[in-house]
Order: sequence, then C-alpha cells, then structure tokens
Amino acid sequence: MLKKTVLNNAHRAMNARMVDFGGWDMPVNYGSQIEEHHAVRNNCGMFDVSHMCPVDVVGADCRCFLSRLVANDVAKLTVSGKALYAAMLNDAGGVIDDLIIYFLSETRFRIVVNAGTAEKDLAWMQAKAAEWKLDVSITQRRDGANNLGIIAVQGPNARSKVWEVLPQVKAATEGLKAFFAAEVDQYFIASTGYTGEDGFEIMLPAGEAETLWNQLNAAGVAPCGLGARDTLRLEAGMNLYGQDMDETVSPLDAGLAWTVANKDGRDFVGKAALTANGQQKQFLGLILLDKGVLRGHQTVVTKQGNGEITSGSFSPTLQQSIALARLPLGVAIGDEVEVDIRGKLLKAKVVKPVFARNGKSVI
Amino acid sequence: MSNVPATLKYAASHEWVLLNADGTVTIGITDHAQEALGDLVFVELPEVGAAFEAEKEIAVVESVKAAADVYAPIAGEVVEVNQAVVDAPESVNQDAYAAWLFKMKPANVADLDKLLDAAGYQAIAG
Repeated sequence: MLKKTVLNNAHRAMNARMVDFGGWDMPVNYGSQIEEHHAVRNNCGMFDVSHMCPVDVVGADCRCFLSRLVANDVAKLTVSGKALYAAMLNDAGGVIDDLIIYFLSETRFRIVVNAGTAEKDLAWMQAKAAEWKLDVSITQRRDGANNLGIIAVQGPNARSKVWEVLPQVKAATEGLKAFFAAEVDQYFIASTGYTGEDGFEIMLPAGEAETLWNQLNAAGVAPCGLGARDTLRLEAGMNLYGQDMDETVSPLDAGLAWTVANKDGRDFVGKAALTANGQQKQFLGLILLDKGVLRGHQTVVTKQGNGEITSGSFSPTLQQSIALARLPLGVAIGDEVEVDIRGKLLKAKVVKPVFARNGKSVI
Repeated sequence: MSNVPATLKYAASHEWVLLNADGTVTIGITDHAQEALGDLVFVELPEVGAAFEAEKEIAVVESVKAAADVYAPIAGEVVEVNQAVVDAPESVNQDAYAAWLFKMKPANVADLDKLLDAAGYQAIAG
C-alpha cells in the first residue's frame, strides 16, 4: 500500500502522472517534465514535498546534541531563523542522511530529513540522544496529529506569487536572504529549496495544504512533479541521497567536504573515520560531448582509472546531457573522458559540478 | 486512456507496426509508451541494411527520465530510418503514430499475424 501525502487528491485532480517513489504515491509530472523545469527556471513552479519529514528538536541540550550529531557545525547558526545544510554520518563516516537544520531558539530547532530515510533517521537520533543522556525531545511532524504539509514554491517569481496568496507573511519574509526561515502564524516559511532558484519552502498544518496549493495554482504557479525536481537539482549540482551518496559513501567523496566542519576540536559522529580515511575520490560534473544521455551507474573511463556516474540526465537548460560523477583523484576540470553507454565509449568533458543557477547556464 | 488506432498491429513491448503497400512495414512506439516515458530527448536508430530477429533490441529511445529499448516486432531487414525523429525526439511525444522510427522488410509477412490487434494491445496497455 503506497503512502499518500495530503495533496494526493489535488495531484489527481490536476491529471498528474503518479509513480511509486520509494513507497510514496507521488506526481512525476503533470504533462511535460521539460515545461515544468522551464517554468521554475523562468517563472514559478510548485512541488509537493510533504513526503519529506520535519523533525522538531526541543529542549535545553538542542545545540549540544546537534553539534555531536552532524558533520556541519551548528555553531554557525547564530541568528534565529538561520538554516544549515548538513550530513548525518555513521561511525564509519558514511552518510545516513543529508538534512537541513533550522535554528529557531536555543531550545528549539527544526530539521527536515528525506522521505525514504525518515524512520532510520529518527531511530538514530533517539538512540544518540539517549546514549549521550541529553535533554532533548525529538518529534516527527509528518504523520499523525499535528502533521505538516510542505509546498516548495520555486523560481524567480516565487516570492511575489507567495505574497499574492499569503499577504500576511510578506512583512516577515521580505528580508529573508537565502537559507533562512520565518514563522508567521501557522506558517513556517523558509528561503531554501532544491532547484538553484530563489523561492520558499512553506510548511503548514497538513489540513490547510490543499487550499494553499489550489490558491497558488490559481495565481499562476505551475504544479511540477518529481521529474522536474530531479533535473532542476541536477543542474544546480545538488546531491540526491541514495544516488549521489549513501551509508557507504564518505561526504568527502560525494562533493560535500564544504559541509564537513572538522578543522577544530569539536567531535561528531564519523569524524574519526573521516580523518583516518581522508578523501578517496572526487565528485565532479560531466557534460556529454557526443549524442546520448548520461545515466547513473555508467562507467567513466579516465587516464587515472575508472569512475562512476551517480546521477545523469538531459539538461533542459543546457539542451545536452549532464551528470554528477565520482572520479579518481587526479582527474582535472577540463579533461576529456569517456563514458560507457551501452558498450560504446562516448566523449564527455569534466566540469565543476554546477550547471545552471538562477535561470541560466553557468557552464 | 491512450490512443490505439485500429488500423495498426502492436507488439506487447509497445511498438506499433503498419504494413505498407510495397510489403515493407513501418514501426514506431505507441502513444502509451511515449506517455509512460515522458519527454523524449534522444533516439538511436539501427543501421539501414542490418538484419534483426524478432524481439531483439533494435533501437533506443530516451526520455529525460529513463532509457528504453525498442524491440524488433518481427524478423527482417532495416530498409529506412527516420532521421527526423533523431533530430526532434519530441515529435514522438507530439504524435507517436506520425513520428515513425524505422521501416523493415519482413523476413516473413505471415509473422505479422502473430502481433496483437488494437483490442489485444489495449488490454495489456490499460
């Protein structure tokens, strides 16, 4: 039995093509994935991400708990509302999940974790809080009473569309720089996203999500499925958990070294393993020079040895195929490599793992 | 509900087949197949002159989402390929029955009788 978000009926009413996404019945597109992709890059689109799981961490020891729990350092969170992207590691230094932590007060943080990893994440967090004997209570907000829906509104016109529909949140969110959140009445509005565009991710009581979804649609915001979400995040060079990294992959080998704060005395789960193992691979972008489509798990042949594509697709913005890949150390940006596509070796160029942001190619 | 013209024959692997007056057959993917794949961005067609057994991989269509093999619905030799769909893969999404992929000369025209009719294909494609 597939799980459904609170917007399931709304998707069906909009003729979404529904697919099984890790046990969730989710819209992959509402007609054309490419049109939805362009809507977000050029105007405004919205995604139902209510399958992701908000987790509230409350108590006197919040900051101490999070400081030991994740590889990024919550000491960077000094202003209320500030958000931090972080990886939660196991003892071997593998990534249990990547998540966003919002700092609300010294006794209240909110974390948003991936849909498919939510149960194991919660179990891990509860176990660590108990092991460290800390005063924190950890509560998921996806299922049951007090559950939240999440709608991501993304694109250059996202803010103005949200303010058109929810004028009461404008004053509190007008000044939000990227990666902040503000709470207004029942709304939690964050300037975060997974597309490389400006916009808001809005959490609200689940029972109100369908009304907001329909109001945004009436205001001209295009409903977008998980298909466009994937090509948008790939162009933006954002990792997808389960594809670009998992429990067997170090954040240092997944392009997430920038999220690992290991230069000072702070200890966190996985730090010893990261220090012992160091970086083994590098995470880079590829652009296919020949015709075809790069896909996950294809082998990349380089002078320094073989690597592997972790995510690949066709880029609607660049109009050519792009990929994220884990490559041997020594491969340099600008190198020409080969990718094995159905037994043929096709030429690709190594680039920085960011392809498009804010409506434009950055290649 | 996808479009399944009664004038065509179908393979269970989602190809349509049209018998031409000159004895060749024109082959493409069905409306159901293009809808399931989503926006097509790449098409790889066989070489003219190449011979294929029935049910062998003969071409590849790739959408933004996924790659899918196209299978030879019948045994035969490729006599023509449609370069226009290579240049504009999205034409298959626009009209899967106009945007044909390739033509074959059947090894045995009677093999066409083994294919599904529209009702038979509709039953499996849903």
